[in-house]
Amino acid sequence: MTRLIAALVLAGAMGLAAPVRADVESTDPIKLTIHDWTGQYVTTHIMGRVLQEMGYNVEYVQADYIAQFAGLEAGDLHVAMEIWETTGKDALNASVATGNTVDLDETGMAAKEEWWYPSYVKEQCPALPDWTALNDCAAVFATAETGDKGRYLAGPVTWGGYDEERVEALGLNYEVVHAGTDAAMFAELESAVQRKAPILLWIYAPHWAPSKYEGEWIEFPTYTDACYQDPAWGTNPDLAYDCGKPFGWIKKVGWAGGEAKWPGAYKAIRNFQIDNATMGQLITRIDLDGETLEDVVEDWIKNNESVWRAWTQ
Amino acid sequence: MTLALRAARPAARPWTWVWLALGVVTAALMAFATPDSPWLAYPKAWELPLRLWVSDAMKWLVNRFDLGPFTFKELTRGLAWLLDWPLAAARGLLVDGFSFSSDPKAPALLPSLSWLGVTALIAALAWRVAGGRLAAVVGACFVYIAVFGWWPSAMVTLASTAIAVAFGIAGGLALGILGYRRRWFARAMMPVLDLMQTVPVFAYLVPVLFLFGFGSVAAMIATIIYAMPPMVRVTMLALEQVAHETVEFGHMAGCSRRQMTWKVLVPSASAGLMVGVNQVIMLSLNMVIIASMIGAGGLGFDVLDSLKRLDVGKGLEAGIAITLLAIALDRLSQAVALRAPPTHGADPERRRWLIVALAMVVVPTALGGAVPALAAYPEDWTLTTGRLLAQAVEWINVHFFETLEAVKTALIASVLAPIKGILGALPWPAVVAAAALGGYRLGGARLAALAAALVAFIAVTGNWEKAAITVYLVGVSVIVAGAIGLPIGIWAADRPRANRVIQAIIDTLQTLPSFVYLIPVVMLFRVGEFSAIIAVIAFAVAPAIRYVVLGLGQVPPSLIEAARATGCSRGQILRKVRLPLAFPEIMLGLNQTVMMALSMVVITALVGTRDLGQEVYIALAKADTGRGLVSGVCVAFIAIVVDRLVGAWAARRKRELGLGA
Repeated sequence: MTRLIAALVLAGAMGLAAPVRADVESTDPIKLTIHDWTGQYVTTHIMGRVLQEMGYNVEYVQADYIAQFAGLEAGDLHVAMEIWETTGKDALNASVATGNTVDLDETGMAAKEEWWYPSYVKEQCPALPDWTALNDCAAVFATAETGDKGRYLAGPVTWGGYDEERVEALGLNYEVVHAGTDAAMFAELESAVQRKAPILLWIYAPHWAPSKYEGEWIEFPTYTDACYQDPAWGTNPDLAYDCGKPFGWIKKVGWAGGEAKWPGAYKAIRNFQIDNATMGQLITRIDLDGETLEDVVEDWIKNNESVWRAWTQ
Repeated sequence: MTLALRAARPAARPWTWVWLALGVVTAALMAFATPDSPWLAYPKAWELPLRLWVSDAMKWLVNRFDLGPFTFKELTRGLAWLLDWPLAAARGLLVDGFSFSSDPKAPALLPSLSWLGVTALIAALAWRVAGGRLAAVVGACFVYIAVFGWWPSAMVTLASTAIAVAFGIAGGLALGILGYRRRWFARAMMPVLDLMQTVPVFAYLVPVLFLFGFGSVAAMIATIIYAMPPMVRVTMLALEQVAHETVEFGHMAGCSRRQMTWKVLVPSASAGLMVGVNQVIMLSLNMVIIASMIGAGGLGFDVLDSLKRLDVGKGLEAGIAITLLAIALDRLSQAVALRAPPTHGADPERRRWLIVALAMVVVPTALGGAVPALAAYPEDWTLTTGRLLAQAVEWINVHFFETLEAVKTALIASVLAPIKGILGALPWPAVVAAAALGGYRLGGARLAALAAALVAFIAVTGNWEKAAITVYLVGVSVIVAGAIGLPIGIWAADRPRANRVIQAIIDTLQTLPSFVYLIPVVMLFRVGEFSAIIAVIAFAVAPAIRYVVLGLGQVPPSLIEAARATGCSRGQILRKVRLPLAFPEIMLGLNQTVMMALSMVVITALVGTRDLGQEVYIALAKADTGRGLVSGVCVAFIAIVVDRLVGAWAARRKRELGLGA
């Protein structure tokens, strides 16, 4: 990141930035939000570079994933590149309903979030990944604090995810422990993998963790809308949430006023498409191979000109 | 001596009975409680929906409030726009250079200052203020930043800190002068200052974002709110301490009010004022990480970014860069504070010095165009500790995790869980009564009313359960920090050399962003309260040590001499004379330890606690103004109750011991 700033400084200082074209509707900077996961940096910076190539000015602003909606509605912020159906659907719908933000379509990536364990756990618990084996393995995942219950490390409380409800509905003998942050969650995973100790936690993709560590997702009954809404659905007739987590879209969202201000840019943002495999590779190059974000993004821009040119047409 | 101390203690018999009665009633309440007894868990139906009111008020303020010619939001946005100018100027000077064009992509016509120039200037300044030693220290700090490759980020941080500090000082000075002139203003401001210092920053980030927009200006405003209060307090105190004769003389010389303020009062109080300046600098740098969460960028962002990738080494390197920046600025401002007041009249050296200093910056900057190594520190020359630290953590993890886990399990089962259980089961009316009794005993009816009201507020707003966990986390951490700090402090108090080393270590602990050690702690102790307690202890042990050393140092030497003359052994002197006399000061240190621990509470939310800190953090993530502010105020109220009770106790004890107020 230092290098990124350094590069931006240098680019600014030496005037290396892309030539300004006069044919954009407004040269006011389009503010793209960045949050705290690498994949989102990549999508945002790819979009930012494409907009620059088109002649727009862009600015990257650090903002919280949910709190940013206030800024988007007010026009302080303009575009957010990744709203995940799994964690941000309610906030997105509520925001679009105000009329101050617009849904800018899907990114083409599919969000996956589910309970996950490293492969070596299977030696102690061969019946996995089937969810019905979880209760037999509760002792494997138990710790002093959880007693005879298995310990499942969920994401920060703000991510939602209905894990407490899932545990109850499926009759799982597990305790849900919430990590305060993404970083704390993966620190625990790293620690467990170093010791080859059992761990069961919430992993999401696209992310570097499933490519760095070998492991599997628990196979719960497949999600349907009915499962979350209708208690009668599924193995537990009295409770909802007796299924896995939804796979879902990852959408872009923008300040409604930007539609009139930068119509060309908004069109390109709507057209932005990338798939999970490509994304996974880019994230791995940054987080595991230690390449810098701007090198990776620049590389992608250079090698995929036909792809992003098509977005701007 | 001992006799004198005993005699000074007032008869406390009747009070023993009062406390005993409270204890019995509490025990009875706990014994006869069913899960839904209204005295055990505060009933939901009685809760005041204060957080909803606050959120609604905020919405109204942002969306509706009209001041006539413009709306409130336009006013705050205008303010943000104004504040953006000096910030942009500082960034231009240190980071981006100046392009003199409205187009952000236009090339910079004037380059930013060379790293070599900035380092040389700072070192030269240190030399002039305090000599070669300080110049070496400050220079080394900046060289580290360059050599480890953090220069551009550090300058982003320095630029925003410098502007925040400037506004913090100016605002603090203005409010302080106003408070000095108008008693009622000072009185009205005191509770506000208390809240500004104790409400966790996370709690007011959301309203700040709503009002001032997202980005570096909002981060700067949050920093100013956090860092300004000590300046206000110090200003009022310093102005009041200006010698009466000086003020009289000013009046006799026929000074106008403005002349009186700027030519007499402020210059006379300048040494005291510099203490406030120093505080503002340190607190602003404390905010670097949190500010980067809402868009300040710089070193704080690097720390967060490294830790997110679990790159512990990089995180520590960037964290140390923040610490060194803080140490350099702290030492420099302290040196300025200690320097003899400037002599009036012409100083022939001064002009020459200014020219040399200017040349030191301008020459490398100007040559930077031709020699790139002068403009920006070359990337090839940077050092890094690489994976060294990560490997060390891994080694401990692989070899010692089982041992650590066993210790942790034993501690949780035998100590932590019972304490938590008792605190969680205490009936809230009993705690309110205890606060009132304690307040009455130590400070009279007013303190009793205040303590009871603040504690009751926590119950009434429906935060009782989470507050109990907060008190448990902080209480346990403070006890452990005290148990570590007391012996170290006693040991260091008599050994000036060891003391210097220890002071350096605790300075580092206090300025090193806690995030840096949070991740290794989680790797070794898992997500949860235990990790949180360890992080809080690491942070709170510093004031514990500091105040023990300070307290022991302030015992009048004549008393120690007297004790020695009567034939006391070293141990006797310590136990019978020095510790009892230093005890009030040490208790004030404990008070500071509690404040530090409480300020860490919000950070521990990041490792998954379920306390008030988590409430504030969730509110931040959900942009829920009311929830964040109300929980934040609960944290503040815990701090204020502790502060007032301990303060009243220490003041009374000092009077009894015949020590100065």
